[in-house]
Amino acid sequence: MSPSASASTTPFSSPSTGHAFLSTLKRDLVIAYKRKNDLLNPFMFFLIVATLFPIGISPDPDRLGEISAGVLWISALLASLLAMDNLYRSDYEDGSLEQLLLCPYPLYFLVLAKNLAHWLVSGLPVVLVSPLIAYMLNLPEEAYLTLFLTLLMGTPVLSLLGSIGVALTVGLGSRGLILAVITLPMSVPVLIAGTLAVQQTLNGAPLLAYLAIMGAMLLTALTLAPLASAAALRISVN
Amino acid sequence: MSEAIPDKSGSTRDARIMLTAAQLFCERDDRVLFANLNLQLQEGQVLQIKGSNGSGKTTLLRILCGINDSYEGDILWYGCPRDRQAEQFLGSLLYIGHRVGVNKVLTPLENLRWSASLQRHVSDDDLLAALTRVGLRGFEYSQCFSLSAGQQQRVSLARLLVTGARLWVLDEPFTTLDVSGVALLESMLADHARQGGAVLVTTHHTLSVPDLQVLNLDANREERQ
Repeated sequence: MSPSASASTTPFSSPSTGHAFLSTLKRDLVIAYKRKNDLLNPFMFFLIVATLFPIGISPDPDRLGEISAGVLWISALLASLLAMDNLYRSDYEDGSLEQLLLCPYPLYFLVLAKNLAHWLVSGLPVVLVSPLIAYMLNLPEEAYLTLFLTLLMGTPVLSLLGSIGVALTVGLGSRGLILAVITLPMSVPVLIAGTLAVQQTLNGAPLLAYLAIMGAMLLTALTLAPLASAAALRISVN
Repeated sequence: MSEAIPDKSGSTRDARIMLTAAQLFCERDDRVLFANLNLQLQEGQVLQIKGSNGSGKTTLLRILCGINDSYEGDILWYGCPRDRQAEQFLGSLLYIGHRVGVNKVLTPLENLRWSASLQRHVSDDDLLAALTRVGLRGFEYSQCFSLSAGQQQRVSLARLLVTGARLWVLDEPFTTLDVSGVALLESMLADHARQGGAVLVTTHHTLSVPDLQVLNLDANREERQ
């Protein structure tokens, strides 16, 4: 029964980093599935916030059409922020985060796995339902594709940036609004690029240029943000 | 570097020094926790760290593992600085802290599968066998929030059996265990030491493990006064 002592000296021969990445991804998805409210809350929040605008501003279809891109982007941003806090908190509280930090594989990939799982649970549903809300808000038809594509590329950036803020604040006793204060300013460029892309498509500008900008943001966030999150987690657990 | 490669035989013959801490100094909130602390851990050795509450036992373990870096002094792994061979060190280390790292939503099997995957690939049969050995047979598929504190502690102990780590660092592993759990863990510690592994453990419980070494942090404090 006892694990052979020799196996321990060769921990790098097994499937290793890729295996740890997939295992972490799967674990987080299973946790989200078992905590149903994690799965539904960001999505419901997105729907509700987007519905508040017509009630608060005006149900006039023309005015709604003008602001709909901004409304959708801001709702997506707030939904992502709302879901952010539980990214590392339960792991911090039950000690799993220490296990993650003491893993011999690069923390970058494990953080990336957690971020990916988080986006699949909180970001992707919002992206998928966005055309429906866009229809409700009377967004001109020709902008649907742009909106969908920019949200698809932009929401992962929001998750990756938010992860840095959560990693920095996870050790604090009372977090309150500090997470929003750290994360929202970082998200402004994504918001600008996203809404601008939709507006410019309506003016007849080519879609590709804006997608290239969003793509550049996504790649930068993918390469740098997990490194920053990993460093922040080490500080928080210290 | 050549002398730093662990002996693959795992035998206790010519036990070599696994972990060395020299001249450790740690201060927290302007209070010196320990100063000039020296520690050596050989293959096949179980070292119990004793000390009154607040004497810095947990801090010492976290410093030795590398989670806490607010210290001065040298920490060597097989004679070389630990931080220069972090991968080998972390690949041989298993740390179970106060917070045992068991997610309450997941089942014991899912928890163990993830913990093991952070070190190496382990088949589900081995995971189930480990859970049976720690007395969780029949609970493999229940969510952990329905288990008692002692059973959750046992889930974390199952990691000792599957990750194959050579250095176990255990922070108060006996607190919630019942009599049979204590006996099980003691026998696991003795087995591990016999196979050439090493254990650092903090506890107030009187350990019955052969060749137990004790480091008393209170003595370190008295020396300074």
